[in-house]
Amino acid sequence: MSDYKDYLTRQVMLGKMNRREFLARAAAFGIAASTAGTLFATSAAAQEPKRGGHLKLGLEGAAATDSRDPAKALSQFMFVVGRNWGDMLVESHPTTGAPVPALAESWEPSADAATWTFTIRKGVKFHDGKELTVDDVIKTLQRHTDDKSESGALGVMKSIKEIKADGGKLVLTLTEGNADLPLLLSDYHLIIQPNGGLDNPDAMIGTGPYKVASFEPGVRATFERNADDWRTDRGYVDTVELIAMNDATARIAALSSGQVHFINRVDPKTVSLLKRAPTVEILNTSGRGHYVFIMHCNTAPFDNNDLRMALKYAMDRETMVERILGGYGKVGNDFPINDTYALFPEGIEQRAYDPDKAAFHYKKSGHSGSVLLRTSDVAFPGAVDAAVLYQESAKKAGIEIEVKREPGDGYWTNVWNVQPFSTSYWGGRPTQDQMYSTAYLSNADWNDTRFQRPDFDKILLEARSELDEAKRKDMYRTMAMMVRDEGGLILPMFNDFVNASTKQVKGYVHDIGNDMSNGYVATRVWLDA
Amino acid sequence: MMESGPMTGPVLTDGTAGEPPRSADLSGVPAKPNPTGEIGGTFWRRFGFRRPLAALILQRLGLSVGLLFAVSLMIFGGIEALPGDFATTYLGQSATPQAVENIRKDLGLDRPWSERYLNWLGGAVQGDFGTSWASKNSVSEQIGKRLGNSLFLAFFAALISVPLAVGLGMLAVQFRNRMPDKIINVISLAAISLPEFFIGYLLIMFFAVQWGVATFPATVYDSMSFTERLSAIALPVATLVLVVLAHMMRMTRAAILNVMSSAYVETAELKGLSTFRIIARHAAPNAVAPVINVIALNLAYLVVGVVVVEVVFVYPGMGQYMVDAVTVRDMPVVQACGLIFAAFYIFLNMAADVLAILANPRLRHPR
Repeated sequence: MSDYKDYLTRQVMLGKMNRREFLARAAAFGIAASTAGTLFATSAAAQEPKRGGHLKLGLEGAAATDSRDPAKALSQFMFVVGRNWGDMLVESHPTTGAPVPALAESWEPSADAATWTFTIRKGVKFHDGKELTVDDVIKTLQRHTDDKSESGALGVMKSIKEIKADGGKLVLTLTEGNADLPLLLSDYHLIIQPNGGLDNPDAMIGTGPYKVASFEPGVRATFERNADDWRTDRGYVDTVELIAMNDATARIAALSSGQVHFINRVDPKTVSLLKRAPTVEILNTSGRGHYVFIMHCNTAPFDNNDLRMALKYAMDRETMVERILGGYGKVGNDFPINDTYALFPEGIEQRAYDPDKAAFHYKKSGHSGSVLLRTSDVAFPGAVDAAVLYQESAKKAGIEIEVKREPGDGYWTNVWNVQPFSTSYWGGRPTQDQMYSTAYLSNADWNDTRFQRPDFDKILLEARSELDEAKRKDMYRTMAMMVRDEGGLILPMFNDFVNASTKQVKGYVHDIGNDMSNGYVATRVWLDA
Repeated sequence: MMESGPMTGPVLTDGTAGEPPRSADLSGVPAKPNPTGEIGGTFWRRFGFRRPLAALILQRLGLSVGLLFAVSLMIFGGIEALPGDFATTYLGQSATPQAVENIRKDLGLDRPWSERYLNWLGGAVQGDFGTSWASKNSVSEQIGKRLGNSLFLAFFAALISVPLAVGLGMLAVQFRNRMPDKIINVISLAAISLPEFFIGYLLIMFFAVQWGVATFPATVYDSMSFTERLSAIALPVATLVLVVLAHMMRMTRAAILNVMSSAYVETAELKGLSTFRIIARHAAPNAVAPVINVIALNLAYLVVGVVVVEVVFVYPGMGQYMVDAVTVRDMPVVQACGLIFAAFYIFLNMAADVLAILANPRLRHPR
């Protein structure tokens, strides 16, 4: 929460926000009014962002095959590139995950949450000087939803039935009520482009704080500050340079020699060494990504809930976080939601390593012989080690696990979501509804635990269109308990996002939404000389 | 390598010497201009006799076209055999069946592989390598840039390492079994034993991180000036020089030592010539064939085999480009890269043979 206070403070100081606005937004995100009072009193003393300078980021994940089209952005590198030059209709709040206005100024749902009306911000200019219109927004959304679309956002967009303008406003009609629609529009693929990018999807022209100066796929991207930016609380540096650095050691060498200001994907194993450098700061943020061991609930022997329970109790979560994540993570509780999600159901008892209970359930299941677990290092970093650790902890409960290492090539096609017991990774979704709909709905394509429960599906769909938050939270608790106690998911850990910067970098916002301050790192930080 | 030194020279020389007769005998098979036989055959035979060098080059060119064709077929087959196609690997875990279907249809991946290969081949023969599936950019244009970077790096690495290796090799012969020879041997053995990425990391640690004198990362881009580029590639060039130096140096040493034991060198010694003059004027030209072969192999390595060095130094060369493309099964890019790499190997080997023949006129005529 303190980060968001910093963020609001900055807005106040820049004169972007008056006291009333501040109170309204602060209340929405649960900052007490009394805090707000002191905040206004002390804001003058808080650190003021400095403008200017050349910011260099060394990032993992670029490839020569990267596409300029935001619809096809996949890598961490292109994620940051897109955040620099473009804006979505909606952003997600850095600490609560609630939707925050961006190019959409405000929005209004119908009573059943199936029709949404968005007011589009006026006076926003694209980098080519054209003014943003409702038509641009409509064309953009259409480009991401049509049948031939190759967009990475196709999954979140398919519930939109109709996109039209009405009296200068954008009206979206959904196939069914969805209280989370604004958050879905914060997906990083959905950058609003002139004429929806239909003329030239690769133009990289948007409304973002930086204009693209040069781009070489898999090598480098440079940006200049957009002098006509519609916001003043971002884009502090004059120029930004993103350098593709896929080698972890190269990133660390570049950061510690001061050649770049910020790097992503710091290997937890080397964090302790990097910490020793006096100029370096480690930036770790809790995230929604989780490392999982998944069993198919409909395939023998995992169709037996006692065996599934035995395997859940046989997991030593604390050791996993310590050894696989180097301590940079949190233990999981066998349902895919943690406290970074809005409406997180608190107070569910943490499942712990318990060889006795595991042995009890194992005996009750009547299973004999070993259990085959397939794994590969592409499933998540350290997946093979994790499988071996798991094998050891299960052995103490009398459960024999056979670990089979599969080739990394084709793992996602041939093993994940195909074989009955494997290791995998989930990147988290903007909302609980999205996470459950993607992987726990009976007929979902990626129901990788084959969790098929009509009663669960029913609650999920009801919760989706429920605008009363208290009721919704209760429903999410019920769903979490069902997955935790009856599902095929063993979730030992949520991984932190571990980034690092030099101490010259100020104003980094820890954003629960995604890695690298939800991709906004270059737009939010400034350089302190 | 060193222990077998005295043997290596003659063996390799024989290998090269064996080429011309074979070329004359087999010439009809790969590169016969006129398949109807007698007249063409005799013409070719006579041509081969009068201009053995030109005949050799022509024959090799014909062979290399066939080789390139085979290489393209093998790469295509290899990628087909890898699990997952472009659509599924490009979208990775986040693939929806509809998105996969859209991409497959768009690229024609739903058609049989033979049809797709012939399609690609049709374009390639006309010099059109198509567009990258992933980035939708022209393959030729992108490769041009990457190949330029790779050659830039390789050129400077070769410029330093080849003269240095040959020079050190001669020096080692001159001071055979004395201190300079031993020092050169120990250092080159050490350099050859360390993996290239480790040498790279060591250089980065000392020159970039500890002392801060070198530029890192070595990324080069369009708007860079020539001197900036040179300073950027200093560390990768140093790494590559260390990697290839030992191999060439030791081969030079072994080949010259082998010649040094022959009768004419003894004569030269008895004439009272200086050691250096004997080595440079009399021994070296006769030892040149095996040395050229090793140099050619190392040059080829500098162009096509340096992907690890590229990754460590964040250098945008061909190797990295091809690996990226293989990862997502971007067929047009992989094919084009593979063909260029194969062409380099073939060309450098041919150049090595031609140079060996030029250096030793006896090899021009079949025995």
